[in-house]
Amino acid sequence: MIPAAAWPALVVLLPLAGAVAATFAGRHAAHVAWLVTPPSAGAALGLLLELRRDPLLVQPGGGWAAPLGIELRADGLAALLVAVTAVIAIGIVAYAGSYFSERARDDAAAPPPARAASHFWPLWFFLWSALNALFLAADLFNAYVALELVGVTAIAIVALDGTAAAVTAAMRYMIASLLGSLLYLLGVALLYRSTGALSFEALAAAPPAGGLGAVALISITLGLGLKTALFPLHAWLPPAHGSAPAPGSAILSGLVVKGSFMLLLRVWLVIFPGASAGAGAAVLGGLGAGAVLWGSLLALRQRALKPLIAYSTVAQLGYLFLIFPLWTHAPQLALAGGMMHLVSHACAKSAMFLAAGAMVRALGDDGLDTIAGVGARVPLAFAAFGLGGLNLAGLPPSGGFIGKWLLLTAAIESAQWLWALVLLAGSLLAAGYVFLVLRAAFVRVDTPAATRAIPRRLEVVAFTLSLLAVGLGIWAVEPLALIASSTLLRP
Amino acid sequence: MSASLYTLLGAALVGIGLHGALVRRHLFRRVLALNVLGSGVFVLLVAGTPEPDPVPQAMVLTGIVVTVAATALALALALRVAVRTGRAWLPEDEEA
Repeated sequence: MIPAAAWPALVVLLPLAGAVAATFAGRHAAHVAWLVTPPSAGAALGLLLELRRDPLLVQPGGGWAAPLGIELRADGLAALLVAVTAVIAIGIVAYAGSYFSERARDDAAAPPPARAASHFWPLWFFLWSALNALFLAADLFNAYVALELVGVTAIAIVALDGTAAAVTAAMRYMIASLLGSLLYLLGVALLYRSTGALSFEALAAAPPAGGLGAVALISITLGLGLKTALFPLHAWLPPAHGSAPAPGSAILSGLVVKGSFMLLLRVWLVIFPGASAGAGAAVLGGLGAGAVLWGSLLALRQRALKPLIAYSTVAQLGYLFLIFPLWTHAPQLALAGGMMHLVSHACAKSAMFLAAGAMVRALGDDGLDTIAGVGARVPLAFAAFGLGGLNLAGLPPSGGFIGKWLLLTAAIESAQWLWALVLLAGSLLAAGYVFLVLRAAFVRVDTPAATRAIPRRLEVVAFTLSLLAVGLGIWAVEPLALIASSTLLRP
Repeated sequence: MSASLYTLLGAALVGIGLHGALVRRHLFRRVLALNVLGSGVFVLLVAGTPEPDPVPQAMVLTGIVVTVAATALALALALRVAVRTGRAWLPEDEEA
């Protein structure tokens, strides 16, 4: 009925159509969201099912082949990422509808919240479409366009609230993002100048050599590292993710930073395979370790929920960079561990931000003192936070456990004890800052904060996403099979 | 004008843009510097061969469109920051 090669295009085009429709729908954008989300998520499922028959789907857009055409390439790993994005998207759509209509009901005299609602939907669908395009991009330049679209929409989502803190955080993110994209494009320009090729396939066959290649790799790594908030270039992330509206923070921490990371991973593993054996990979691993330790330590010092979760994102992203030093000796384990961590963190972190949003709605603000003693009033939100925390700390039976376990196994097998230590220390610190929040739910307080009734849906969506992160740990066979079929693992 | 002269010019623009984006504190100057950086990258893309090569030219055209959109957003945000905080720079760049 639908040709096999059409699925990658559908996955990008359906949310895009939704974005355009939402722009023109104005106040009725939420209804458009409900109309567009099921087909878009269905396309992601269709892509997964189609890949069972054909392990690699290539779609030249409009029939024009590379290098001037836009080619979309879907392998198992890309389809997994698209599918996880779709599932989180369903949660975001379900949550945001209630969240924004609640806020609009709040204070009729203040225009920003009401506008935020109708502006969120087009931005969200453009972001979803661009993320899918980024995961499926077959060449460096189309990846750049998708990367920019992801960045611009994410920045606008950060600024949605319109407060001084939000626009300042968005401006800082904008500068970092633009600088990152241009450094990435500089690297692409140098690669084109030295090899004449842009697609991952062509560059894998004819790898760039010498000084120009090294400069290109450094530029691309700096640019994408800035966009992924790799330590020490992470300063823009905590205020940006902390100031966005709750569904926005969920998308930002869960998916946006993962998009630029996946591009960086592909550039390193496909175009510069030799670099993983050298000092550069050790530097990336070291910076990742720094992120884990520094981000966790800063998270422990936070006195409010959203900044704590945002610093936790900085820390958890550090684990992903451990793939680079572990790649040479244990590529399957390193990739499997990193990717399982990535998808479970996406679900868990989204759940945690959505839960935090529900708590803010119910209690007024997200200070650790404010949430003390109100565990019984917002039980599902705390449960969602707890299950998400299970994931961050890498406790079984979560997907985070599987990811960290595989990374640990890779580190021990290749006798790189430093990374093993970092993994263990990071888990301990994560358990620490998660406990900091959970204890607040059980502590007995004389005068707990007044609770406002919130729609059940907010808590239920957060809890469901956190269950999903645990589910990824229990039913890990399918995701692991998809990761193992990735083209990154072919020589 | 040989390809290498354009390459040198492109590299110089990249350097100027990078310096401005990192060192300057006024938001408008930073956006301007990022535009110069972008132009430098575009020159580097196109300056490869004396005969016109369509692929980098297509890339530069797309890049210009993307940069225009991003600059528009950046300027709108900078204006918002100035309106909301009364300052044309980020709080961490505030001179004591």
